[in-house]
Amino acid sequence: MILTETHMKYIDEYRDRDLIMKLAGQIRRSASGNYTFMEVCGGHTAAIRRFGIPSLLPENIRLISGPGCPVCVTGTDFIDKAIRYSERSDVIIATFGDLLRVPGSESSLEKMKALGADIRIFFSGLAALETARLNPEKKVIFLGIGFETTAPGTALTVIKAAQDNLSNFFVLSAHKIMPPAMEAILKNGTALDGFICPGHVSVITGSSIFIFIPEKYGTGCVITGFEPVDILQAILMLINQVNRNDPSVEIQYKRAVTTEGNSLAQGFMDDVFEKCDATWRGFGLIRSSGLALKGRYERYNAEYEMPVKTQHRSENELCICGDILRGLKTPDECPLFNNICTPENPAGACMVSNEGACNTWFKYRFA
Amino acid sequence: MIKKIVSLGHGSGGKQTRELIREVFAGNFGMSEPLTDSAILNIACERIAFTTDSYVVDPLFFPGGNIGKLAVCGTVNDLAVSGARPLYLSASFIIEEGFSLEDLEAVAVSMAEEAQKAGVKIVTGDTKVVEKGKCDGLFITTSGTGILPAGREYISTGIRIRPGDKLIINGPLGNHSIAVLGARNNLSFTTTVVSDCASLNNLIESLCDKCSEILFMRDLTRGGLAGVLNELVQITGTGILIDENRIPVDDPVRGACEMLGFDPLYLANEGKILIVAGSGTESEVLKILRSDPLGSISEVIGEIIPDARKRVIMNSVTGGKRIVDMPSGVQLPRIC
Repeated sequence: MILTETHMKYIDEYRDRDLIMKLAGQIRRSASGNYTFMEVCGGHTAAIRRFGIPSLLPENIRLISGPGCPVCVTGTDFIDKAIRYSERSDVIIATFGDLLRVPGSESSLEKMKALGADIRIFFSGLAALETARLNPEKKVIFLGIGFETTAPGTALTVIKAAQDNLSNFFVLSAHKIMPPAMEAILKNGTALDGFICPGHVSVITGSSIFIFIPEKYGTGCVITGFEPVDILQAILMLINQVNRNDPSVEIQYKRAVTTEGNSLAQGFMDDVFEKCDATWRGFGLIRSSGLALKGRYERYNAEYEMPVKTQHRSENELCICGDILRGLKTPDECPLFNNICTPENPAGACMVSNEGACNTWFKYRFA
Repeated sequence: MIKKIVSLGHGSGGKQTRELIREVFAGNFGMSEPLTDSAILNIACERIAFTTDSYVVDPLFFPGGNIGKLAVCGTVNDLAVSGARPLYLSASFIIEEGFSLEDLEAVAVSMAEEAQKAGVKIVTGDTKVVEKGKCDGLFITTSGTGILPAGREYISTGIRIRPGDKLIINGPLGNHSIAVLGARNNLSFTTTVVSDCASLNNLIESLCDKCSEILFMRDLTRGGLAGVLNELVQITGTGILIDENRIPVDDPVRGACEMLGFDPLYLANEGKILIVAGSGTESEVLKILRSDPLGSISEVIGEIIPDARKRVIMNSVTGGKRIVDMPSGVQLPRIC
C-alpha cells in the first residue's frame, strides 16, 4: 500500500513506466542505422541523465550535449567582471544561484560572498529590482544570464526600472540567443543527425527560429519537453525524419510550444535588447549571438555606467569543457573528470551548473 | 506604541538581564527559584546520552514553526534516534541588539510548548546580546541529555545491520526545506507547504518498546535522505538499494523541486527519520508508525544489500538504476 500515491498533472503521465517501455521498444525497432542527436539545452542534458535515458536506448543511438547550459557557455571574463563589481562596497550583486560557484580566473562569487561581498541569490530580475528599491543607497547589479528563456524576464525588469525611474539598478548582460550557436556547431562540422531542440527557449521564440537548420544544413529539429516520455518521443521523431530523409522542424512539446511563440515576451526583448557579438566558452566569438541593452536603456547597463577592467586569462589547459559544449567529446573523455574536477572543486563550468554535462554525468552515474 | 526591543543592556548582567531571563525564559520554561548557576539533575541509570546542536534559520518564523521549536525538536530527536529517552535540555541564546522582545517571547513560548509535548524540561540556559549586525537576529544552541535504556546501545552505531534489513521513513520528504525557502522573500515563490518540524521521541519510544529489531535510526536533517544513506553505507560496509517510486514526497514539494531544480532526496527535514528494521519485521514497524499522526505516511523505501563498493543505488521511476551520491555544497536554485 502506498498512501501517498497521487497524480501530478503534466509530470506523472510523462513518467509512465509502461509508456516509456513502449517508446523504447519502438525506438529499437525503428533505429536501423547509426544516429547521433544533440540535445542543445542543459535542461535536457540533466533530464536525460536523471531519468537514465541512455540505458533505455540501443547502442546505435548516441546522444551528445550541446551549448545550451547558460552557465557553461559564460566565459570567465564575465565572472571576473562580476567579481570586480562585488568588491565595491556600494554594490549588491543579484544573481541566479547556479552562477555562484562558477570559477573565474582567480576567485568565484561564492568565495567573494564568504569574504563579505554583498551577493544575493534571486529567482527573477523583478525580485532584484525590489531590492534596489529597498536599498536606495546601494547599486544593485543583476547578472543577466541565459538564453531566450530568461532574457524576456531581464528585459521586463529593465522596462520596469525605467518606468519607476530607478537610478540604482543595473544589468550586467551575458544573455545569448540559441540559433547562432547551433549554426556554429554545424559549420564546425560536428556530425549530427538531428537536434533535440530546447523546449523553454521555443516557448518564447516559437518553432520558426529553427527553420533555417533543415533548410540550409539538412539537419532535423524536434522541439522537446523535459520528461522521459517527451525525450523518447522526440528521439523517435528524429529517427523517423532520418529514415524518411525528410529533415524538418517538428514540435513534440505541443503542450507549451507554438510556431509563433510568446509575442508579449518577444516584444519585451525587442524593446530592450539588440544583438551583439558574444564570446561563448568553447566557441570563441560568435557573431550576433549575444544580447546587449539598446542605447535608450544604457543607463541600466552596468558596463556603460561603471566600466571595470579585467585581465583575460586562459583556462585550465586540460579542461575539455569547450569540446563538450561543441558536441565533440563527452565528460568521461576528460582527464580531469571525477579526479581533479568534481562538483565540490570544479575546474570547468560544465561541472558547476545543475545543467552542465559534467555535473549531471557526475551526479547521475549509472549503477 | 514603541516596539519593545532587546538592547545591549539586556546582556550586561545587571537588572535588565535578570528581568529578561525571568520574564521571557525562566517563567515560560517553568524553572524554579532561586535560579542557580547549575541545574542539578536526578538521573538514575547506567548510560546517559548527551548531545548539542546550534540553530540558525532564515527566516526565524516559518510556516509550521520557528527557530525555538526547531531548537527543541532537533535536540530531542538527536537523543531519540540514538535510542535514548530525552529528559533535560539547556538553551543558550545569542540575540542581536534591536531584536523584538515580542518575537523573543513568542520563540520562548513555543519552546516551552514543544518541550511539554516532548516531555522534556529546559533546566538551564544563557543569554548574550551582541551588537547590531553581529548576528542574524537570533541564534539558539540547545544541549540535551537522556537515559539510554539497556539493550539499545547498538542503535546509534548500526553494528547489527545485515543485508536484507529494511529501510523505512516516517513520511514525505522535503517539507521543512521548501517551507523555509518559500518563507524567504527573494525567490519569488510562495507555497502552501508547512515544515514537518516535530519531536519524534514519543513515536520512537513506542517503536523501540514494541519492536526488538530496530537496528538503526537517524534524523533526516541537513543533507537529507541522500546524506544519511551515504553515511550508513560507510558505517556498515554494505550497499543500499532504494526505490524512487516508494519514496513519499508531497505534490507541492515535488512541484517546487521541479521548478527550482532541487532533488527532494537532498532536502532537509525536521520531523523525519530513517529506520533500519530487521528483515521480516517491517510490516510490524509500519503498523506502529502509521498509528501515530507523525508516521501516518510511513513507507518501506528499500533495503540493505551486499555491495563491497558501498554504493547507494536507486531504481529510478523510469526503470533505470542510478547512484545516489553524497550531497556536496548547498543546493542552488537553477536559472531556468
